[in-house]
Amino acid sequence: MIEIRNLHKWFGAFHVLKDISLDVDAGERIVICGPSGSGKSTLIRCINRLEDHQRGRISVDGIELTRDVKNIERIRSEVGMVFQHFNLFPHLTVLENCTLAPIWVRGLPAAGADRLARSYLDRVRIPEQAEKYPGQLSGGQQQRVAIARALCMEPKIMLFDEPTSALDPEMIKEVLDTMIELAETGMTMLVVTHEMGFARRVADRVILMDEGEIIEQAPPAEFFANPTNERTKLFLSQILAD
Amino acid sequence: MASLSPRTYPPGEHPDLPPPVVSAGVLGWLRANLFSSAFSSALTIVTLWLLYLLISGIADWMVFDSVVSANSRAACRAIDSGACWAVVTTRLDQFAYGFYPADARWRPNLAFVLLFVALAPILFFRLPGRRTLLWFSGAYPFLAGWLIHGGFGLPVVETNLYGGFMLTLIIGVTGISASLPLGILLALGRQSRLIAIRLICTVFIEFARGVPLITLLFVASTMLNYFLPPGTSFDLLVRVLIMVSLFAAAYLAEAVRGGLQAIPRGQYEAAEALGLSWWATTRKITLPQGLKISIPGIVNVFVGLYKDSTLVVIIGLLDPLGIARAVLADAKWTGLATETYLFVALFFFLSCFAMSRYSLWLERCLTSGQDKDVAA
Repeated sequence: MIEIRNLHKWFGAFHVLKDISLDVDAGERIVICGPSGSGKSTLIRCINRLEDHQRGRISVDGIELTRDVKNIERIRSEVGMVFQHFNLFPHLTVLENCTLAPIWVRGLPAAGADRLARSYLDRVRIPEQAEKYPGQLSGGQQQRVAIARALCMEPKIMLFDEPTSALDPEMIKEVLDTMIELAETGMTMLVVTHEMGFARRVADRVILMDEGEIIEQAPPAEFFANPTNERTKLFLSQILAD
Repeated sequence: MASLSPRTYPPGEHPDLPPPVVSAGVLGWLRANLFSSAFSSALTIVTLWLLYLLISGIADWMVFDSVVSANSRAACRAIDSGACWAVVTTRLDQFAYGFYPADARWRPNLAFVLLFVALAPILFFRLPGRRTLLWFSGAYPFLAGWLIHGGFGLPVVETNLYGGFMLTLIIGVTGISASLPLGILLALGRQSRLIAIRLICTVFIEFARGVPLITLLFVASTMLNYFLPPGTSFDLLVRVLIMVSLFAAAYLAEAVRGGLQAIPRGQYEAAEALGLSWWATTRKITLPQGLKISIPGIVNVFVGLYKDSTLVVIIGLLDPLGIARAVLADAKWTGLATETYLFVALFFFLSCFAMSRYSLWLERCLTSGQDKDVAA
């Protein structure tokens, strides 16, 4: 589904991503972790071209990401993204947040988009908030709206960029539960997170990145029980300290 | 060491109590702000007395001792010692219309009334039947132009006869409605990824902002004819309207750009990630949010434009200040500058104050319901 080959990226002179190669199959759930500044967010942001790469190849569902705007638009409409800070549109209601892209990108009629949006709001369990503005919801609810908004485009792949890092502790669970339910439907997911409980439960593969490189990748059982790399051991000991 | 006093209520059972009385209500406010000490009380009383002197003096002059109708300054003074408003009332027609022929004044009057019908659906977006009315708003500029200028069955009234508040409104309303869309386009153009568009917009904005409006008006009145092909000449008022609109558009573009740049990056990224096109993002995400942020700046430019319309007096158009000057030049009314200019000032103040109140109301309207900044 996703094919990344020898990917390099620089921010100015800073080499953020170094020779990344990664294949993701349809329906696979991948958790990416690593210390801050390791390039994990940058990597998934390259997949829908929020960042461009300078060397290497990325193709999504057989379409290669190039400067070609047509390709970028096609890929973006197949790849949904959920951000750390939700990035909901504050001047639109929850429902309008969800119907905007189906109407303007897919060309759905308003009534159809409305039905679609309500069905996904139902799925993330906040159908009753449809007419409210994002500012009136809790952080956890906002993030679930953001997930519903991405799902309304009926993407084949979902990218999550630290979806629970900006949340108060008591709201993390509701978002993770929504993501677990989504995983159970067979969605292809790439999740940047430090929630190791989620990784254990959902991931097919856990990837550790450090200083722009993939240090280790393994199924969760193996990743947590017998990490092979010293840096993985160090990272796990830091993150699982408590 | 102070000992802990025992809790009045067990944990979890504390009711919501009303605030202490001293800090609430009219009496509380009076005591806290005006009579908190002997010195403060004395200051309050002295200030009230001074205010009384000032206000009663002004009221006497403006209202109680004033003269509303008389036919010269001397006649005014013979009647009473206050303001001689007769200078204004005898020339009210000129202040309102300039030298617009009296038998055709129903036309600008009608246009003025229709202006409110056209503005209503634009200003009040919850108005019932708004969509239908917006069609009228779109047609209004042509309708008003036809009514005021004539042609197609109506006798033509040349623009050099326009003057007074009518002229101010023509320049103000045209300038505002033409410069807003133009300013938005310039602001978007200045942020464009296409270098040519960005360059053109930047050069235009910097040029228009770097030159005094008076210079542009002089260009409009004298030099423009040199640049135009020989034989073509168009009306001075039209040239002034174009210059004023372009000038205001440059300022607006900067106000709008400020708003656009205040939108968090995450909004653009979310729109991109959803696959929204540039046009959809601009129309549904960035402009609604950016314009809301720029409302104070935009209204600032509008108020400035409206007041700057008085500069046209320099190139010989008879705006209210031009009329005032003409009136004061009349031997019967010399020495009444205070009354004349106060009257003109009042007109400008009322219009500008209305704009400013509207913008505050609009900001409140747009903020209600989304009080917390989500994307911060």
